[in-house]
Amino acid sequence: MEQTLTTTMMVNGTQVTRNVPARQHLVDFLREELGLTGSHLGCEHGVCGACTIRVNGEIVRGCLMLAVQANGCRVDTIEGLSDSKELEKLQAAFHRRNALQCGFCTPGMLMAAQDLVRSKKNATREEIRAHISGNYCRCTGYQAIVDAIEEVING
Amino acid sequence: MKAPSFAYAKPRSLAEAFDLLERPGAKILAGGQSLIPSLNLRLSAPELLVDITGLKGFSEVEVKDGMVRVGALCTHAGLEKSEDINKHLPLVAEAVSHIAHPAIRNRGTLGGSLALADPAAELPACALALDAVLVVAAKKGERRVKAGDFFKGLFETDLKPAEILVGVEFPKADKSVFLELTRRQGDYAIVGLAGVSRPSERRIAFFGIAGKPVLLMPRSLEEAKASLPTPAADLYHSAATKLHLAKVLLERAWNRL
Repeated sequence: MEQTLTTTMMVNGTQVTRNVPARQHLVDFLREELGLTGSHLGCEHGVCGACTIRVNGEIVRGCLMLAVQANGCRVDTIEGLSDSKELEKLQAAFHRRNALQCGFCTPGMLMAAQDLVRSKKNATREEIRAHISGNYCRCTGYQAIVDAIEEVING
Repeated sequence: MKAPSFAYAKPRSLAEAFDLLERPGAKILAGGQSLIPSLNLRLSAPELLVDITGLKGFSEVEVKDGMVRVGALCTHAGLEKSEDINKHLPLVAEAVSHIAHPAIRNRGTLGGSLALADPAAELPACALALDAVLVVAAKKGERRVKAGDFFKGLFETDLKPAEILVGVEFPKADKSVFLELTRRQGDYAIVGLAGVSRPSERRIAFFGIAGKPVLLMPRSLEEAKASLPTPAADLYHSAATKLHLAKVLLERAWNRL
């Protein structure tokens, strides 16, 4: 029989408690249990970055963390950061610069980009590329994404 | 894919962890950045995951008597941000920036990387080049293993069932070089080397060329080149290409050691 564990976490500022199967990863929990479908699942083994979310203030791969491991943690997703307007500038720059096409990678890309925006005042294009190196985009060729992030970081 | 079914426990003490590890099919979960992908790909099917990240006191960096002692649960990001690591172990500081990507470095741990012993991973080679000592705990007590004796082969280490790698002691090294060739930033290495120069010797550990990191202690560049073993080919690179690239890295590294 599948083991479930009572798990409590603060998701986008709201405390949630659920019985979670041990094997369920955090993004499946967010999407299926909480209906937060902004975090995407691409590869489900940590390569593509589409599932990037924030746990206790740090970006992580949501598919490489079990939901039960988030017990007691603060979890922030693209929905939370959009609603709080934290991503406002990046979202506007992505829009203006055409930094997305199909949009599948965009939530994860924004989460990774915002991590750099928060930690650095200035960044070279190489630093930006290194920081988003774990987020794959199959449409844009990255140029416009780097343009948008550069615009926000360097003003 | 989705992981197979397993049970999960998060011990609060080492003693509790040792008890849990005696159960059949138990496996240690630390940062999970290699274990969870292997579960999601169904390459691994443990019955119980013992999450050791709740154990306190195993993620600190401490400098004492010419040694830098790092807890096994220190994340790659923790190593990256540590002033002591930057100051006393520039090799490790340099290596960490090559490990995957920021989101993975926030979770992946030093102990996890060493205990997994991926042949293309950075930290096992650093431990070998630095002549580090790995501290392994079990119910009966602690034992210490030199990095040179710890790595046995492909994903194979000296760790016995129900033992936990709890820390690593790195002798300080101010003269070192870290080089890695990858197809993309954060990929596993095609070939890489971690080199340390001490007054008495040069230690150069290659990774990505064999089932485990390979240590050379050459007196000259020519001797180093001649003593390189023929690398194992991978999906994209032949043995000859890898050998050539290993020699290129040796030349680049030599004048910095």
